[in-house]
Amino acid sequence: MSLKEAAPQRRSSKEEEPQQRRISLWRRFTSSRMLLLMCLPAIAFFVIFNYAPMPGIWIAFTNFNYRDGIFGSPFVGFKNFEFLIKSGQLWLLTRNTVLYNLAFIVLGNILAITFAVMLNEIRLKYFKKITQSIMFLPYFISVVLVGVIAFNLLNYDNGALNGIIEGAGGEPIKVYSTPGAWPGIITLTHLWQSTGYGTIVYFAAIMGIDRVLFEAAAIDGATAWQRIRYVILPSLKPIFVILLLFALGGIMHGNFGLFWNLVGNNAALFQTTDIIETSVYRMVMSQNNFTTSTAVGLYQSIFGFAIVITANWIVRRMNPDYALF
Amino acid sequence: MLSSDFGSVAVTETVSKSTRRRATVAAERTRAIKLDKSDRVIRGVSYFAITIFTAMCLLPFILIVSASFSSESEIMKSGFGLLPKGFTFTAYEYIFRAPRQIIGSYVVTVVMTVAGTAIGLFIIAMTGFALYRQDFRLRNYIAFFIYFTTLFSAGLAPTFLWIGRDLGLRGNYLAVFLPLLMTPWLIILMKNFMRTIPYEIIESGKIDGAGDFRIFVQLALPMMKPALATVGLFLALGYWNEWYLSSLYLGSTVEFKPLQYYLYNVINTANALRNSVAGSNVSITDLPSNTLKMASAVVATLPILFVYPFVQKYFVSGITVGAVKG
Repeated sequence: MSLKEAAPQRRSSKEEEPQQRRISLWRRFTSSRMLLLMCLPAIAFFVIFNYAPMPGIWIAFTNFNYRDGIFGSPFVGFKNFEFLIKSGQLWLLTRNTVLYNLAFIVLGNILAITFAVMLNEIRLKYFKKITQSIMFLPYFISVVLVGVIAFNLLNYDNGALNGIIEGAGGEPIKVYSTPGAWPGIITLTHLWQSTGYGTIVYFAAIMGIDRVLFEAAAIDGATAWQRIRYVILPSLKPIFVILLLFALGGIMHGNFGLFWNLVGNNAALFQTTDIIETSVYRMVMSQNNFTTSTAVGLYQSIFGFAIVITANWIVRRMNPDYALF
Repeated sequence: MLSSDFGSVAVTETVSKSTRRRATVAAERTRAIKLDKSDRVIRGVSYFAITIFTAMCLLPFILIVSASFSSESEIMKSGFGLLPKGFTFTAYEYIFRAPRQIIGSYVVTVVMTVAGTAIGLFIIAMTGFALYRQDFRLRNYIAFFIYFTTLFSAGLAPTFLWIGRDLGLRGNYLAVFLPLLMTPWLIILMKNFMRTIPYEIIESGKIDGAGDFRIFVQLALPMMKPALATVGLFLALGYWNEWYLSSLYLGSTVEFKPLQYYLYNVINTANALRNSVAGSNVSITDLPSNTLKMASAVVATLPILFVYPFVQKYFVSGITVGAVKG
């Protein structure tokens, strides 16, 4: 996009100083032909897999059928969106997606920063290394396996949780038909899988803090707590803001694999577990419903885009150094 | 706005409680010794919390491994537990009785992982190198061209129609292989890591008359082992854990499904099988569906866990440099 954008821009300013501009545009391409060539595979990749499907968004405004294709199908305007809003589905999906992401962002950062700070307090080298490796482990396994683990723990017939409850003399719970339990389960599972990764990122940032700051704090007689409060936490702010911006950018995008492997097609739980991604996947894969799913996807992209721009604008007003662009 | 110190709430409470208790016990002591104690409290809490969290990270794995060695009847009777119940290899025998499927899946996944990681890594490094070069005038435009795809996308349905129908890749392993080659995030990570390469080295290469590609291969690449290991591990993980694209484009059209998609099918078919048998009089203990799932999970996961320790030492440094400078 920016390549095409860049060219007309140049041309318009070219009118002011025709000759100089033409030379500079030409030199832009020729002076580093090799570097441009080195970028070509990546550019081709994003053109083919990300930009080329974009015209397909038109499907959202049509009554798509295979025979007539994307641009041959009858145009219906905003009918597909109207249907989504009237059915209340769009609101449910937005609410679930945003709330889950907010929970993930807030709790995830609290846990990751806490554990990173704690890891920094640990002096036994081997303890630190081993725990670090194990914490990171859940991040490495596939969501399919996470689904297996959850089923292992939660299923009615022989899950470990019900085993414990029965052992304590309680009544086993039918978790897979209790919608109210799932926000907690999904959030916990997500935290289980991602906290180790976040911890390492923040821990790496702590490792990058200038040692002189710690020495100065020690000379001033700072306690461990004061060292954390006044040296470590402020130093984590830049990385925190960047991660927050990235997370806010993805707030309309759910962790599809996790949701699908935990809940799948279990309609009894949709009220509390259905997010935009799972709903779109279902529409495409099991109902062949391309129009509604494209409309939902477009809504998601535009909404997400607006959130990134807004968040970035706010951050740039507060501190330009932290802004993404 | 969230402030950066909210992460410490939990620590504050525990610390202030225990320091107060200790303060009453040793009220007469000097300030210096009291401070020393607060340090020790924080340290103690840290060891405790991290041990608990580490255990929580590890336990589910133990649960799965132990279940895979348990006998199906014991699982049906008394549920999953931390130790194998009625130790047996039945589930593994079941998987390897007809090893064609699992071996085929392994081959598909290993080939994709190795080739995808190698090719993807090369292209990502090359692009990252070009974008890092201050003298490359188009770099900001190209960087935005790549970054924009994280802001706005066509969505699942148009992409699915484009790749599956227009490109004709339905049922073709390429539909799984190609989209995983690179992500904007990995290119940004690589570009940021390049900043640790002193620019003088590039210039000295130029003075010696080396072309840009040669400078990249002979001077830049050897200096970037941690970044290559980090990005390579991310790529390898992406390929090894892939099941989503397989479910979209491969479905049941190929004989050998990638490993995680194979596992996904084992789990869901076993579920379906169990549900269909549950109403009839057929004994379901004949098919070790529960332990079979667990054994498949172990088989599908183990290799990546063996690779992990070897690359892990590069990981922290790789992430630091890439992430901190955003």
